[in-house]
Amino acid sequence: MSGFALPLLRLTASQYQRVVGHCYHGLPDEACGLLVGPVAGGEATGAVSGVYPARNADASSRTYTVDGKDFLRASREAEARGHEIVGVWHSHTHTDAYPSPTDVRQAVDPMWVYVIVSLRDEAPTLRAFRIRDGAIAECQVVLEAG
Amino acid sequence: MAVEIRLPTLLRPHADGAPSVTAEGDTVGAVFSDLTERFPGLSGQLVDAGGALHKFVNVYLNDDDIRYLDALDTKVDEGDVVSILPAVAGG
Repeated sequence: MSGFALPLLRLTASQYQRVVGHCYHGLPDEACGLLVGPVAGGEATGAVSGVYPARNADASSRTYTVDGKDFLRASREAEARGHEIVGVWHSHTHTDAYPSPTDVRQAVDPMWVYVIVSLRDEAPTLRAFRIRDGAIAECQVVLEAG
Repeated sequence: MAVEIRLPTLLRPHADGAPSVTAEGDTVGAVFSDLTERFPGLSGQLVDAGGALHKFVNVYLNDDDIRYLDALDTKVDEGDVVSILPAVAGG
């Protein structure tokens, strides 16, 4: 559906658990956090070297804003690894794991991967997307040991 | 007064790809003026049409959000680090 290359998002089992656990911990509000990883040729590679839970400054079940200080902390840790912030995750507490119009409108960086965790059903659903120029494209997610 | 300005990935193409640059000024606003003079592509990305800090960026002077200091009038000292971060939000 799109002309841009899609990274394969690779999360370790412990990274996955940290992301999903933070989403449940944030209930009834949406939760959010940042993905750190290597960049090659100006694009995220899909590898993730760290996941950083952040505070939802909105404290809302309908919207999220990554706390600025948490972003600063994650960006410093990324820099120390020679990596970058390569994505953001957030939860949808009552809707699909798919970007909302607000998510699309407010997408920050076309290089990033946008991970959404739906907590609507009994089991969580985690999906990942690229959002570029208003177009949504889904990235495959692979869970690895570790 | 020379300070280091750290740029997010999104803004680096406007600054020759550099992750950080040095700029001069006594306040954050003056430093931004120096920065946008040298890198015109950053103009409008940091300060809005009304002269206030753009709502889509957060700016930290060392560890402090300048919105809780004196915003663009916040004084800077030699060797300070100004971090420009995107405001990340959705729904």
